[in-house]
Order: sequence, then C-alpha cells, then structure tokens
Amino acid sequence: MKLIICAGPATTGKTSVLRHIIRKLIEKDHRAAYLKIDVQFAEEDIKFQEEFRIPTRKVYSGELCPDHCSVMVLGDTIKWAQKEGAEYLFVETAGLCLRCSPYVTESLGLAVLEATSGINLPLKVGPMLSLADIAVITKIDRISQAEREVFRARIQEVAPDVRVREVNALYGIGIDPLVRQIEALPDVGDSLKLRGNPPVGTCSICVGKKEIGWEAHFGVLRPLDNQTFYRGQ
Amino acid sequence: MDIIQNISILGGQDKNRRLELVDRIDLKMGDMVSVVGPTGSGKTTLINDIELFADRNTPSGRRILINGEVPSPDYTENPASNPIALITQHTTFLSDLPVIEFLTIHARVRNNFRPEAGDLVRQTLDFANQLTGEPINETSRMMELSGGQTRALLIADAAVICNTPIILLDEVENAGIYRVRTLELLREYRKIFLFVTHDPRITLLSDYRIVMQNGSIVKVIHTTEEERSLALKVSQIDDVLTAMREKIRLGEVLVDADLEGLL
Ligand SMILES: Nc1nc2c(ncn2[C@@H]2O[C@H](COP(=O)(O)OP(=O)(O)OP(=O)(O)O)[C@@H](O)[C@H]2O)c(=O)[nH]1
Ligand SMILES: Nc1ncnc2c1ncn2[C@@H]1O[C@H](COP(=O)(O)OP(=O)(O)O)[C@@H](O)[C@H]1O
Ligand SMILES: [Mg+2]
Ligand SMILES: [Mg+2]
Ligand SMILES: [Zn+2]
Repeated sequence: MKLIICAGPATTGKTSVLRHIIRKLIEKDHRAAYLKIDVQFAEEDIKFQEEFRIPTRKVYSGELCPDHCSVMVLGDTIKWAQKEGAEYLFVETAGLCLRCSPYVTESLGLAVLEATSGINLPLKVGPMLSLADIAVITKIDRISQAEREVFRARIQEVAPDVRVREVNALYGIGIDPLVRQIEALPDVGDSLKLRGNPPVGTCSICVGKKEIGWEAHFGVLRPLDNQTFYRGQ
Repeated sequence: MDIIQNISILGGQDKNRRLELVDRIDLKMGDMVSVVGPTGSGKTTLINDIELFADRNTPSGRRILINGEVPSPDYTENPASNPIALITQHTTFLSDLPVIEFLTIHARVRNNFRPEAGDLVRQTLDFANQLTGEPINETSRMMELSGGQTRALLIADAAVICNTPIILLDEVENAGIYRVRTLELLREYRKIFLFVTHDPRITLLSDYRIVMQNGSIVKVIHTTEEERSLALKVSQIDDVLTAMREKIRLGEVLVDADLEGLL
C-alpha cells in the first residue's frame, strides 16, 4: 500500500486536490482509502464515502496538535486501510500547528498552498513546506500569470528541494503529473518514521521519539478508535 | 528552447459536449489574431487553454501543439522556458510586495537569473507609464495599484520582462489604459499575438479573427479588403470618441468642433 500525506492551511484546497487524484485512480481501477484529521469539525469522510464508495475515517485531534495526533493514529490507520484492501491511503491533515509537519518516511508529502494567500505565506509555514516532497499551488485561476510565477519563485527560495506543481483544483487542471508520481511510489514498510524533529515539548513525540503508532509512546495518547488517554512511563 | 514557428489549437467540445466546429487552427509567427464572441462564449477559456498547454485535460477538451508537437514539459516547469505570456482580465494584484521588488523577482525568474534583469525592470516601468495616465510609483505595493496601473504593468511585464514569442491578451480595451498606444508599442515586436476583444479597431488590425459561441470555435474570418478599407475611418471615429472621453474626464465642455476629425 502507498501512503500519501496531504497537509496545508485551512481551505487551501486539500480536499479538492485529493478529490481529483482519487477520481483518476478509481477510473484506473485502483482502490483508495482516506483519513481526515482535523481539530473539531470535518465532513470530508462522509463526502468521499458517498462520492467514491471508498473506506474513509475521520479523527478529531481536540487538544492535541493535529500533526501529533497523526503520529498517534497513523499506525492503526495503516492496518485498517490494509484490512480494507486499499492500495492507496490518503491522509488529509489540517496542519494548524506550524511548528510540526506530518510527513513520514516512505510516504509522499503534499503541502497544499493557495496562490491567493499572499507572498509571505511560504515563509510562515515552516516544516509543513520544507519537509514536503511536492508543494501543490492551488487557485492559480485567481491571479495573473506574473504573480503566479513570483509566488512560485518565493516557494523555491524557501524550499529549493521541494517540487512545485500548479493546479486549478476546481477543474482538476494540472492533476495528472501528481497522479503519475503517486502511482510510482513504493509501498510502505513497517518502520515508518517522522521526517522532521518535532518542537521541544514534554510528550515522547516532543522529546524526539519518532516511532509511528501510539503503542510506542507515553503521555497523552490517541488510538484511532478510542478517545485520548494518559499512560505514564 | 526551440524557435517557435507556430501553435496549433486542436478542437475539443462545446459546453453541450458537441464536437467543436473548427477542428484545427494553426497560428504562425507574426500573426495578429483576435478572439471575438459574446460574453460567456469561452474566449477566456480558449486563451487559458493555450497558456496551460491543454492536453484534453481542461473542460473544453482542446489540445495545444507547439511547432506541431506536444509541448515540452519544461515550458510549465520553468518560467524562463515558457514561450507564452498571458495578460489576464485581473485588475488587481494580491501581492503586497513593492512594485520594484516584484518586477525584479519576475525579471530574474523569467531570465534565468541573468544579471541584466535590472535594466528590464526600468524598461518595464517606462513602458507601463506610457500606457496609463497615472504614473506608477515604484515603491507602491502591488495591491495598491489602480485597475489601469495593474493592466499597464501586466502588459509591460509581458512585452519587456517575458518578451515571449507568444502573447495572449484578454480584453485590453476594458483596462482603463491607452489602447492605441498599447497597440503601437506591441506592434514593434514580432510575435504571435492573440487579442480577446470587442473592439472594432483592434479587430480590423488583425490578420484574422476566431469567432466563439457556446464554448466552441465556430468559424475563422480573415479580415476582408473591404474591412481593411474601413480601418482608417474606424480609427478616426475612435480617436474622436477617445478625445471626447478625455475632455469629459478633465471637466471640459464638448463643442461642435470636437467632431471635426470625422469630416
Ligand atoms: N478558484 C479556485 N477555487 C478553489 C481551488 N481549489 C479549491 N478551491 C475552493 O476553495 C474552497 C476550499 O477548498 P477545500 O478543498 O475544501 O479546501 P481544504 O484545504 O480541504 O479545506 P479544509 O479541509 O476545510 O481546511 C472551496 O470552495 C473550493 O471550491 C482552485 O484551484 N481554484
Ligand atoms: N468548451 C467548453 N466546455 C465547457 N465549458 C466551457 C467551455 N468553454 C467555456 N466554458 C465555460 O463557460 C464559462 C464562460 O467562459 P469564458 O471563457 O469565461 O467566456 P468569455 O471569456 O467569452 O466571457 C466558464 O465557466 C467556462 O468554464
Ligand atoms: Mg478538506
Ligand atoms: Mg472573458
Ligand atoms: Zn504540533
């Protein structure tokens, strides 16, 4: 199974991008599963379930940072998606805490940014952008070509190793190259690790334990199916 | 980059999914072409298709070829290799960068970071200031520019900084800029120009025009001899109306003599 983790500020077009990607994969008879992680409200799981008839889940991270929450639940989620027979697992996360980034090794990290967001946004989002594989720029239909090119240059200045893809996620223009890249991904193994160093803190993720899955951690924990609970060392 | 000799538009379908009536148009270097049709007929969609190098992956299903071949992926991945500059209908920028900084970044991006980019910025501002009655202050933020200044800067940016073999312009006549001066300055360049327009003067200057209806190219009209012979008179009428507009703008009173240019 291939893992795609998609992060980005609120309403940048993450769901719109994933909708086009998933539609194109399904047209090619691939099987996908989808998890949405948000703080307190999301309905993408219901929409994708109705639209594509694929297995979907959602998790509210509540008091946890969504990226921390994703570390906790990802182990369970991979097992769930594999049991559902998925070949592609998509995780959409709100990425609200700009100190962390949700991307793990062996996955494809998509940072979704909107072209309309102002020229300094790439400077503000930190590891969400710099640790991604691809920066997907949405809403290119809303600005002039010149402004689009300057925005792109700003991203490349901040994150020179991140590949930039411009899309119009309303019509699905520019999606094909993303689909090709996703199809070419390797399958995930069973020792996924966070890519970045999380910020200083007090839980075991915060102190640098990068193993995926709540079983490997102490402090405030969050399995996919249950509520947040505490486990001391 | 290979020298661009022509672009081809391969037909797709109209808004009702019926086959586009004109199934192929080849635009040659030096062609000046207008795109005409009612509002909503798909003029903007057509030039966006060209700019995106559509490959049956846009709502119109069209396909664009450059020199008869599938366009190189490099065109869209590196702005310095992109042979197309598109002047959209946008009349505002969202960026809060100062004009000078914005243009400097764009000049570097479009010219592979060569050092002479600085000159281009100066030339772009000079060009833009010939198109608008309100000179552009280079320290203003992009988002503060008026609609006219925005369009003037976009046109100048396309001609001077991008200086691409293909330039697409969406309704320059509605931009609050000096339209005639714009045409004069642009005609000094040898390029493929596509003007989306409702303007008789621009239309009569073009070699031919693409007529749009319901999302489809329905025909191509080559400017006839008779039309060409109208061009002079149309320009006179247009100049007279433009001068009257300017007088009204300056708070003056119109008189009989204002129509003398027509006699
Ligand atoms: N014009 C335009 N609108 C877009 C584009 N992509 C997304 N939108 C619109 O932006 C809004 C938000 O899109 P979503 O895909 O829901 O964004 P999201 O990032 O998933 O949002 P959250 O999950 O709620 O944070 C919707 O109204 C979309 O239709 C685009 O490329 N162009
Ligand atoms: N061939 C087509 N197939 C489907 N939709 C189209 C087609 N051409 C145009 N449209 C849609 O019609 C609407 C108006 O088109 P637009 O290009 O903005 O018209 P114009 O610039 O002539 O006013 C847009 O929403 C566009 O997406
Ligand atoms: Mg969403
Ligand atoms: Mg239009
Ligand atoms: Zn965090």
